[in-house]
Amino acid sequence: MSARDEILARIRSALEGAEPAPEVSRDYARTVAGDVVRLAAERIADYRATVTLTTATALPNAIAARLVANGVRRLAVPADLPSSWVSDFDGELVQDNGLSNAELDGCDGVLTASALAIAETGTIVLDAGPGQGRRALTLIPDYHLCVVAADRIVGTVPEAAELLDPKRPLTWISGPSATSDIELNRVEGVHGPRTLDVLIVE
Amino acid sequence: MTGAWMGMPAFPDAAREAVRDSQLRANLRNATGTIRAKRARVVAERPDWEQLRVAGERIKDQALRNLADHLVEFERNATAAGAHVHWARDAAEANKIVLELVRATGSSEVVKVKSMATQEIELNESLAEHGITAVETDLAELIVQLGHDKPSHILVPAIHRNRAEIREIFTREMPDVPAGLTDAPIELAGAARAHLRRKFLSARVGISGANFAVAETGTLVVLESEGNGRMCLTLPETLISVVGIEKVVPTFADLEVMMQLLPRSSTGERMNPYTSMWTGVAPGDGPQDVHIVLLDNGRTDALADEIGRQALRCIRCSACLNVCPVYERTGGHAYGSVYPGPIGAILTPQLRGVAADAVSASLPFASSLCGACYEVCPVRINIPQALVHLRGQVVDAKRGKPSAERLAMVGMGWVFGSPRRLRWAQKLAALGGRVLGRRGRIGRLPGPGAAWTDTRDLPVPGQSFRDWWADR
Repeated sequence: MSARDEILARIRSALEGAEPAPEVSRDYARTVAGDVVRLAAERIADYRATVTLTTATALPNAIAARLVANGVRRLAVPADLPSSWVSDFDGELVQDNGLSNAELDGCDGVLTASALAIAETGTIVLDAGPGQGRRALTLIPDYHLCVVAADRIVGTVPEAAELLDPKRPLTWISGPSATSDIELNRVEGVHGPRTLDVLIVE
Repeated sequence: MTGAWMGMPAFPDAAREAVRDSQLRANLRNATGTIRAKRARVVAERPDWEQLRVAGERIKDQALRNLADHLVEFERNATAAGAHVHWARDAAEANKIVLELVRATGSSEVVKVKSMATQEIELNESLAEHGITAVETDLAELIVQLGHDKPSHILVPAIHRNRAEIREIFTREMPDVPAGLTDAPIELAGAARAHLRRKFLSARVGISGANFAVAETGTLVVLESEGNGRMCLTLPETLISVVGIEKVVPTFADLEVMMQLLPRSSTGERMNPYTSMWTGVAPGDGPQDVHIVLLDNGRTDALADEIGRQALRCIRCSACLNVCPVYERTGGHAYGSVYPGPIGAILTPQLRGVAADAVSASLPFASSLCGACYEVCPVRINIPQALVHLRGQVVDAKRGKPSAERLAMVGMGWVFGSPRRLRWAQKLAALGGRVLGRRGRIGRLPGPGAAWTDTRDLPVPGQSFRDWWADR
């Protein structure tokens, strides 16, 4: 008998005569009260990420300002990033058309859009959709500037789960790379980007 | 069980050693105190915490009650998305599958994300025997690996080490350690970043476990903090994930519950820094050669036990370790297995069999049954209930090899069987007590009675209840 068939047979025999499990009750909170954009800004900042509120017209200027403030000269961007976003940036743009890991490592930072954000937990989700690029792009550079559209901010994790497509590779980001491995205190800055900078566009 | 955990002493012996280590006790008191406070704060924020716990319990029970169907569904969906699904009856079979997959890539080094399943099967040791180096990339795992040490906690395997000890290990063992490294956590994290960076960027094979496997979609989920997980899951060409069969959840929507329960229970955060979810192969994005090894290794035995099977709900958060008064004093090594603490005390004996070895038979007794673990468990595993149940199994397994306690019980059964025998036995006990006692107390008894009297004195029985009653 194959391992597969044997394991399945063991499971069926282990559960012979077992009562059916009760139905899952979903009476937990599905929404939050109040302004989700304010809440998202607060909760993302709790993780020691920088959060700036801006508008669509002021976005190129805000992007350039954040990049200058963080000393980013060589900026990696996904190939489909709207070119207007970087119109005020006068550093070097490196488009990802299949950059090697070493080339990505040679960039000071990366600028991307995002799929949505969850206010209650201060989480940004990337799904490799428009303006987000592949997963390595937002992982290797040490600085990540992430643009979140205010109308893509939901209140809760259940609201986010409804909108996300599990067929796409999903990355949930809550603050910069961190560890709690030394005496269980959170320290920012291990292998992922050590700085997370967020622009919320209202 | 092979290698690293073989021949570990039973819990009482290991615990006796551990509680003498005052540095260990101080490190654990500090770390578990910190995490308990953090957890309490983020749990108190959620008035619906109990509803989430009940939902979490039922999601896992639904998954387990129809496990065969969910696994077949998971396999179908993961395969359709380009993953290769393998099945392993036990540790040896899982290790063999992984070894062959790694060999097929021609690589002699793999990067690893922290995974309890691969620790349980001792994959690193197995790969090393065949000349393949497994590099642990989680900071705490790295500390354990560089310190030639064993993990002592599910979430933070190096919880028994403080910052000064970590600095000492890095300075001694890291070939590229920065000069003048201090014990500031930010510097220690920076040293780990520099040490592993080149390995990540050139790695060809990544090995992971998974926190959840979604049947409905074939998706795997890994929660982490540092970004080492993202590195291992994204940069290599080949990704091999070893997943216990109990990790399955029926639907993607079920993650909305788990993604709230796990980070709050585990690191005491609203959300962990990074979570990766992937379904088979994403063309042009991440590993293009994706394998999943579904592991039994004793899980179906646990599933067959009506009371014990609830341990399979465990999502490895480690909240039960952090609140346990026994764990806080003995640390994780005393539990003699990769799964320490209260959950380990019910999981290890079930995965190995209660009579498999001295450690497994001793673990159900490694608890004061205070119930704190049950209160914090995000999937409501009634650990005290399972402990008592397993104690019964340990005693049953020992039948035929009579212990003093068991002989005493047999003797008592005979005495209680007849009023006349009981009367005589009581008179005898009163007399015996006067012979053995000094100043009204019975001190240390010889023979098997020593187990009872080593640590406590007994008052000498005076008059029996029956005599007292007859005098009224």
